Amino acid sequence: MEGVFIQTLVSGLLIGFLYALIAVGLTMIFGMMEIVNFAHGDYLMIAMYFSYWFFVLFGMDPLYSLPAVTLLLFGLGILTYYLLIKPIINAPMLSQIFVTFGVLIFLRGLATFLWKVDYRMIPQTVLSGNIQLGDVYIGIPQLTAAAGAIICNGLLLWFLKKTRLGMALEAVSEDKEAARLMGINSDRMFALAWGIGIATVGVAGALLTSFYYVFPEVGANFGVITFVVVALGGFGSVTGAFAAGIIVGLVEVLSGFLIGPQFKFMFVLFLYLAVVLIRPQGLLGKK
Amino acid sequence: MLTIKNINTYYGQVHALKNVSLHLQEGEIVTLIGANGAGKTTLLNSISGIVPPKSGQILFSGEPIHELPPHGIVERGISQVPEGRQVFKPLSVEDNLELGAYLRCRKRDGKKEAKETMTMVFDLFPILMERRKQLAGTLSGGEQQMLAIGRALMAKPKIMLLDEPSMGLAPLVVQEIFRVIENLAREKKTTVLLVEQNARVALKTASRGYVLETGKVILDGDAADLMENRDVQRAYLGRDKKEIWER
Ligand SMILES: Nc1ncnc2c1ncn2[C@@H]1O[C@H](COP(=O)(O)OP(=O)(O)OP(=O)(O)O)[C@@H](O)[C@H]1O
Ligand SMILES: [Mg+2]
Repeated sequence: MEGVFIQTLVSGLLIGFLYALIAVGLTMIFGMMEIVNFAHGDYLMIAMYFSYWFFVLFGMDPLYSLPAVTLLLFGLGILTYYLLIKPIINAPMLSQIFVTFGVLIFLRGLATFLWKVDYRMIPQTVLSGNIQLGDVYIGIPQLTAAAGAIICNGLLLWFLKKTRLGMALEAVSEDKEAARLMGINSDRMFALAWGIGIATVGVAGALLTSFYYVFPEVGANFGVITFVVVALGGFGSVTGAFAAGIIVGLVEVLSGFLIGPQFKFMFVLFLYLAVVLIRPQGLLGKK
Repeated sequence: MLTIKNINTYYGQVHALKNVSLHLQEGEIVTLIGANGAGKTTLLNSISGIVPPKSGQILFSGEPIHELPPHGIVERGISQVPEGRQVFKPLSVEDNLELGAYLRCRKRDGKKEAKETMTMVFDLFPILMERRKQLAGTLSGGEQQMLAIGRALMAKPKIMLLDEPSMGLAPLVVQEIFRVIENLAREKKTTVLLVEQNARVALKTASRGYVLETGKVILDGDAADLMENRDVQRAYLGRDKKEIWER
């Protein structure tokens, strides 16, 4: 019993880091321009398909194609900004919601059209296997994903806090007008935020493909969880998203373990409602 | 050095600047006074490219700049210290200053030169040196104003636009800040356009002044003359009120 409990905690923690990584991109984009990217989970889906096809077509393991997938998603983020977001940057919130929601529908439709609704999985990767610590088994793909998420989040924090470009991003998200008065090109910073925000999803997708099914709707579940994480951490707070990712991962597995797996998402959504009602700004959010 | 010719600026339907003209000569301090909502901030933001004018011209050393984006304006050498300071609160004092030199740091040797400018800023405002690791949000109002000025200086501007630097500050702090502004003009030959509601201090510091009312320049001239002008005294210096009180 005790072993199972620890096992549960560990898997919650591991998936939590990955949630944090996915959420960081969403919260960063929101923090910069107050636009909610409803298609965030679907970029994850695209990243997973990229990983999958790199494996099928070129025999490249998801771990090795990770840099390429990340780069592709970075480009996709930039493209999305210039093509779709820039024209609606000052539009009413409702139009912005329609656009990012439209992207969601488009990406899911595209994936279904191109690759059918089949669940696909890479049967054997370089990471396949478990390690055993006492009674606890840890899947190497999951462990790698968590480690990758920690590294990626760490790099991102370092970039935002310590580099000139990162500070310029923070300046724009803090006060767009003052940043422009410093000579910071806010338009480029928005594009960069989309690039980085979507690239983090690329990393997450590439890591996920080693142990998760790929299918057109895969972004739906992750999308919802990501919103919970971002709301809990505080919209726009990168460090908040990190903490909240871990909390959500733990809540999910613990409620699944203590009450029943069919209820695990229900508790995650309860958590969301509780945040919205009790502390709408989230753990570390501004305002 | 800077010539503004008949600019008109709008916020949607609101006509905020109506045929405004103004000029600045190198090394002078010119003040722009006016009541709330007169359009002072709008004028600075039109120069800075934040709210570009719909018509008219802004020439800097003879070159039109009214179609440049804000970063183009900063690059040419015009920096603004915005109303209400607008420092980056979650960033340290040092990081705020570094962002002020954002464009310069992209050039070769830019980083080294920016370091020198930072030393100069610390000389002007020693308190910023003491607080350099502190988050800007934890500074007092006066210190934030000094930081905002220092941040603008980091771009090594030829023209500084200052929007109500005395707002909400104690008289002693205002004095210190105005002393620095005078110094900048006299010793560093920086041209200053000073927006103020505190007309008395502003006219004492400046050599010339403009009076803005509901988007129009209604008066301009030597600061000393404006100080003596009846309308200015009544509207901005409160001389009449004082006389009534004295009587
Ligand atoms: N973003 C905006 N949108 C619409 N109208 C605006 C905006 N900013 C300013 N205005 C209007 O333009 C006019 C000039 O405003 P501005 O802020 O330039 O005045 P100001 O002289 O700086 O006033 P204050 O002394 O209060 O700072 C005002 O009537 C104001 O209501
Ligand atoms: Mg103003």
